[in-house]
Amino acid sequence: MAAPYDLNDDSVVVIIGSGAGGGTLGNELAQKGIDTVILEAGARHEAEDFINDEWDSFGQLAWLDKRTTSGDWRVAKDFSGLPAWIVKAVGGSTTHWAGASLRFQEHEWRAKTHYGDVEGANLLDWPITAEDMAPYYAKAEDKMGVTNTHGIPPLPGNNNFKVMEAGAKKLGYKRVHTGNMAINSQDRDGRTHCQQSGFCFQGCKFSAKWSTLYTEIPKGEETGKLEVRAKSHVLQIQHGDDGKVTGVLYADADGNQHVQKARIVAVAGNSIESPRLLLNSETSMFKDGLANSSGMVGKNYMRHMTASVYASFDKPVNFYRGTTMAGIIQDESIHDPSRGFVGGYEMETLALGVPFMAAFLNPGGWGREFAAAMDAYDHMAGMWIVGEDMPQETNAITLSDEKDQYGLAAPNVHFSDHANDVAMRNHAWKQGMAVYDAVGATHTHPTPPYPSTHNLGTNRMSVDAKDGVVNKWGQTHDIANLFISDGSQFTTGAAENPTLTIVSLAIRQADYIAEQMTQKNI
Amino acid sequence: MKIDTLNQGVNRRDFLAASGKTALGAAMVVGAGTLLVPSQGWGMELKSLKPETMATMIQMARDIYPHDRVADKYYAKAMRAHDDAGAGDADKLAMLEDGVAELNARAGKAAEEKGYASGGYLDLGWEADRVAILRDIEDSGFFQAMRGSLVVGLYNQKAIWPLFGYEGASAQLGGYIERGFDDIDWV
Repeated sequence: MAAPYDLNDDSVVVIIGSGAGGGTLGNELAQKGIDTVILEAGARHEAEDFINDEWDSFGQLAWLDKRTTSGDWRVAKDFSGLPAWIVKAVGGSTTHWAGASLRFQEHEWRAKTHYGDVEGANLLDWPITAEDMAPYYAKAEDKMGVTNTHGIPPLPGNNNFKVMEAGAKKLGYKRVHTGNMAINSQDRDGRTHCQQSGFCFQGCKFSAKWSTLYTEIPKGEETGKLEVRAKSHVLQIQHGDDGKVTGVLYADADGNQHVQKARIVAVAGNSIESPRLLLNSETSMFKDGLANSSGMVGKNYMRHMTASVYASFDKPVNFYRGTTMAGIIQDESIHDPSRGFVGGYEMETLALGVPFMAAFLNPGGWGREFAAAMDAYDHMAGMWIVGEDMPQETNAITLSDEKDQYGLAAPNVHFSDHANDVAMRNHAWKQGMAVYDAVGATHTHPTPPYPSTHNLGTNRMSVDAKDGVVNKWGQTHDIANLFISDGSQFTTGAAENPTLTIVSLAIRQADYIAEQMTQKNI
Repeated sequence: MKIDTLNQGVNRRDFLAASGKTALGAAMVVGAGTLLVPSQGWGMELKSLKPETMATMIQMARDIYPHDRVADKYYAKAMRAHDDAGAGDADKLAMLEDGVAELNARAGKAAEEKGYASGGYLDLGWEADRVAILRDIEDSGFFQAMRGSLVVGLYNQKAIWPLFGYEGASAQLGGYIERGFDDIDWV
């Protein structure tokens, strides 16, 4: 039977979310001939609908449903209703992401083994290894067209990269290049090459940056085995007396509620919504929420150790021109505890337009110091810093007392830095400022974390069912036909931007689901 | 020939007292429900706020994010939303009027302490004196409402982006691939 599917068709795989995890899984299953329905809460905006304007685009794409915050992170004060900057639209946050596609390093799959007991951290080794993942990484890189892999040439460096590269080389950094980016450096896969428009975060109007919106999803739809139902917001996952999931309750664009039956449900709503949905699906059989016998649903929320450094110069940079994340310094991504922390961090160029620079440079800041920094806007270079943060059980997505537009408990996002995160950030700020000082910066601005773009770990993978929510295939320990397919599976966060790993895990999970269906295990 | 020195006969107190109004305070003309700044060629009709209150808020906006190359009318445009909101929201209107009244009271006290001519916020000619008052109230709801609204209300005005060297949307021009994405030669 071909798409579209009937609500009562209980043979379909239902995927909740259409981003890096859900969109990829949907296409992979459809390619195998498996009937699949993706329910996406957001609307479908095609690439030509994207807007080259930061606030207008934010209004078009960002997930702005009710959320609350707590903890000592500065985001809870500066952006109390906006803990994360992620997307509600077909394609999910792959519309908004920068495109950085880095493999985890060998040691990062085994953080507990390499880092040892870190006080206050809830570290575990992943149940999978770098060797297990290598073939899936290779498939994902090919699928996404990642530069500097599979013979794909690098992107050209823009002005922002030139400044960072020159400073990095003066400091003696060696691993400096224009990145492994899922942005076409040449025409590939029916999509054009990067036009250096400078609006990667607002959705690439040229479709040069990989997004499930115009790659995986239409490819899956072409098979006749994938239906993507936009503006379909899942409210609850339902189960039968045998404890197996049977379908999902969702609200359509008009708020009318429907139940879509399912043989298998895969949750890929990002690390805030995915655990919230499991928690909001509690029943008399599953009093603490679905798949939560470990009590780990929502726990161990990670958001990467992040920060930025902007620097002003006596000459123009015009850093807003070209690829937003146009290059990387990788020398600090190693695990070297002599620096005073475990794990490492990457330094990646970043540029914001005037509107977002005003919002993020120093949230709450004002006066002549702030204005002077803004006045130097076109003389600025900038980098984002992303490193491994420590999983902590107390950092968690829980159900808030506040309700969303459907009357369901909104998610509360609680986060406080671990001492290791603080030590790493301070080191990274110092090194980032040194990079720019080395090429004559007149002023440097260490900048605090933005609302989270990398939300991870809230349904984590574990060998032992008491330590986490899913097994090494992303299958929940408690319910065989319920899967997690997004970054919430992450056992630990590693230093790298997570999308490539989410896509690789989704490809791997599709193989497993197909095999288990064939064997009639699920 | 005898030449008077510039400050002859002017004691410190007189000099300070003559420090005068802010530029906006000196240029504005207030009418019934209108604020006009003829020398700058703009004015605004007000739905809810007193014109003097709006003028003070515009000055305050400039003091919060002082960009000397950005004209008053852009700060005024950023403040207009408060007047619009005040028209349908008595609590909001009271918060703004009370906030400005408090600002004027503090300015009067500062003038007295420093020996300036008495007056309100717009009569406090030195930016440093006004900023000192703002620092004292920066945790207040009034200040935060003002600052918060400016982050978007001021910096999201496309008309001022060229002053910062920001070119805005680029896709319609084919991006920057042929227009200088890698054009610097000083590094």
